[in-house]
Amino acid sequence: MASRYIANTPREQREMLGVLGASSLEDLLVKIPPKARLARPLALPPALDETALIRHLQALAGRNADADASACFLGAGAYDHYVPSPIGHLVARGEFLTAYTPYQPEASQGTLRSIYEWQTMIAELTGMDVANASLYDGASSLAEAALMAHAATGRGEVVLSRGVNPLYRRVTATYCDGPGLRLREAPAPEGVTDLAAARKLVGPRTAALVVQTPNFYGCLEDVAAAAELAHAAGALLVVVADPVNLGVLEAPGRLGADIVVGEGQGLGVPMSFGGPSLGVFAATQALVRRMPGRLVGATVDRDGARGFVLTLQTREQHIRRARATSNICTNVALCALMGTIYLAILGRQGLVRVGELSAAKAHYAAERLTRVPGVSLRFQAPFLKEFTLRLPKAPERVAARLAKQGILAGVPLKTLDRALADCLLVAVTERRTREEIDRFADALGKAVA
Amino acid sequence: MAGYDRLIFELSSPGREAYSLPEADVPAWDPRAELPASFLRAEAPALPEVSEFDVVRHYSRLSRMNYGVDTHFYPLGSCTMKYNPRLNEDAARLAGFARLHPQAPEALAQGALALMHELGAMLGEIAGMDAVSLQPAAGAQGELAGVLMIRAYHEARGEKRTKVLVPDSAHGTNPASTALAGYTVVEVKSLPNGEVDVDALSRAVGPDVAAFMITVPNTLGMFEPRIVEITELCHAKGVQVYMDGANLNAILGITRPGDLGFDVCHFNLHKTFTTPHGGGGPGAGPVGVRAHLEPFLPVPVVVRAGERYALDWKRPQSIGKLQAFWGNFGMLVRAYAYIRTMGADGLRSVADNAILNANYVMKRLERAYDVAVPGPCMHECVLSARRQKKLGVTATDIAKRLLDLGFYAPSTYFPLIVEEALMIEPTETEAKETLDQFCDAMLQIAREAESNPAPIHDAPVTTPVRRLDQTKAARDPDLRWTRRP
Repeated sequence: MASRYIANTPREQREMLGVLGASSLEDLLVKIPPKARLARPLALPPALDETALIRHLQALAGRNADADASACFLGAGAYDHYVPSPIGHLVARGEFLTAYTPYQPEASQGTLRSIYEWQTMIAELTGMDVANASLYDGASSLAEAALMAHAATGRGEVVLSRGVNPLYRRVTATYCDGPGLRLREAPAPEGVTDLAAARKLVGPRTAALVVQTPNFYGCLEDVAAAAELAHAAGALLVVVADPVNLGVLEAPGRLGADIVVGEGQGLGVPMSFGGPSLGVFAATQALVRRMPGRLVGATVDRDGARGFVLTLQTREQHIRRARATSNICTNVALCALMGTIYLAILGRQGLVRVGELSAAKAHYAAERLTRVPGVSLRFQAPFLKEFTLRLPKAPERVAARLAKQGILAGVPLKTLDRALADCLLVAVTERRTREEIDRFADALGKAVA
Repeated sequence: MAGYDRLIFELSSPGREAYSLPEADVPAWDPRAELPASFLRAEAPALPEVSEFDVVRHYSRLSRMNYGVDTHFYPLGSCTMKYNPRLNEDAARLAGFARLHPQAPEALAQGALALMHELGAMLGEIAGMDAVSLQPAAGAQGELAGVLMIRAYHEARGEKRTKVLVPDSAHGTNPASTALAGYTVVEVKSLPNGEVDVDALSRAVGPDVAAFMITVPNTLGMFEPRIVEITELCHAKGVQVYMDGANLNAILGITRPGDLGFDVCHFNLHKTFTTPHGGGGPGAGPVGVRAHLEPFLPVPVVVRAGERYALDWKRPQSIGKLQAFWGNFGMLVRAYAYIRTMGADGLRSVADNAILNANYVMKRLERAYDVAVPGPCMHECVLSARRQKKLGVTATDIAKRLLDLGFYAPSTYFPLIVEEALMIEPTETEAKETLDQFCDAMLQIAREAESNPAPIHDAPVTTPVRRLDQTKAARDPDLRWTRRP
């Protein structure tokens, strides 16, 4: 049966079998015991031609409320930020798209150089000494940070603020189960970490304290105070931060973070129903030999010319096997390339502008939405582009009603944080317009009336 | 792209802009007036200041410093570097997929959930597994999920097992993932031909062993002839058997892990199912299980009730979550498009042609290089350059010379049990004439090793840089650019 993805014709197959001295393809399968063979064809839907398949996929895609068809105020870890046009074109170049992990550096300088640029940009934004080539997503980056803190300190507990994205906390729990780390939660009843309560939890057994800023509820945390608290107990401070915000917000490294992790999706990566994402991971120089994932370093070639290689590979699974710092192999290099191109395009002023515009629109939206009777900000702490609203009616129902009007109003928090069952988490990026915000406020007013 | 040696920072010119952002249409909100100064960055981050065209030209030039499958034959063993169909790229870029937020209400994400449900069912059929989680972001995360499910299963039965057996020929992620899941890794020596030493295995399995983890076909490219006996032997001792699905391309439609007795297997969608490797990801590593492990799948699970699809979170025995959302959906769309393009006959033809191509390469090279194990092989073959090494030419040297002759290199020094290993996986998408050109190049290198090794030791000379000083990079790590004074 012919396929456009397979080149061999029946004549060529016969030629090749002739070279092998085989009479049929079956002769090549002699090592597979007959009783292990599948005696029937796979039960799969029939093959589709290109036109029929794209029509089918368009029909599936058409059943989804995407951020072009609706005004998207959803956040909670994925954001509808501006994606400059060149990104999609450049990452579609086959030399980037279809290359492997750069194990042969002389034939992979394009990927290696772009990763070195990425590491430089992330180190600059986070205020850390070194950043790696990327991990899967923000959540698994946090999990890896917890494991790294455990390995670096020899301590068996990690204290996570309740302000850390609850899905990130679940992923961290999954990763920490095997090594037997104990995870403890510091409360955040007023929307920010209760540092007095955290102080009681952080002690000589604590490997790290983890805070997120702005946190899951959108509130800004006092990172410097958290750092002081962690360091006083000999623990590391891990900060979860969205790099898009770091044009405006202080780099966590300058506030005392030892490890900074986050979700880089906002840096030009499509939301794509949650993945692939872009795990950001940066740390101090002291921790570099315990870092998970790939690192690219500059070196010279035989003629003394500048070149780039994967380096410090003795940390990694293909060398160190069971004693590797992480099991990660494939990461998200192409998403990191999107992030690199994004940061090159936004540049020194653009990223600041994205932060300022998002914040201005978020504050306008908060002001408009809380004018609706019964709707209020759940927390008083300062926020940037995301905030938690308390609604007088069930947020799931309100969100469902607004969705039918082309407004993805926010994330109802009931399933993520039971204490906030009456709350809706609203995110506003620079892409939202005043008209969309006004329409949201009007529709919300009708929905809760 | 020889001669281009710039980084984006070195193109920066203060004041240049490449972005296009809207003017504020809402009242100004100045962070400096509204937030404590200690929360704010004192000066703008030191990012490049370049024009849009600067960006496009720079990254276009960088791209030309790479070999990709599109431009070069990539015989990289264990990585299944096949053609990445462009239709799949179009599919993943449809706005209804690419621009869909993961927290969109379920009722308004039915197309995405339906695709995931269908893909899970198709992968289950392909592997003979009862249930599939699409959440793992890559093979290594699939392994972690699989081993954690095995652990949860034993614990639910009140059994405390502490060890996992892994052959010495395994991918490095196998022992790394197993250790991360809290197990002691016990390495099992393979027979010289790469097969499992069944006698040694039967002595090793016992009440303290949770699982045996193997790759089928094995990393020497051979089908494990006693595999059914092996899985039965393990099950008799209560040991779960995990299949690393890295080499699934070889067995599509020929045999299925579930039918061979495996309890768990992961899929590398970026290998078998054509999603592009992207220079090191993103991939996707769904994991399939037999029914007895289904209660332990990561949450949420995509379920179907009548015509409605939903995310099911109410799974009290679940191992938890692996990434924040539901899986690398963009990669799932590509894999779905691929399977729907190929159908059952097409996938079977993939395996047949992958096997034919690998055997053809092995046959053409068997006199010039030592073959690790006599054929027929499956989808890849492992050669040893031990003969060439005696002449002073290593596997690395051969790899570098291939770059000059217009090919990417095979995997080298893997599997670890083969001296000077060269692991060659041509895949089904390469044509006979490409294989012939590659074999001619390999034979030329073998001749050069005997008579004229200079071009081998000089190689590469056609690439943007020549051999790089790895020792310097590791001894004196330079991991970020800084402006030279």
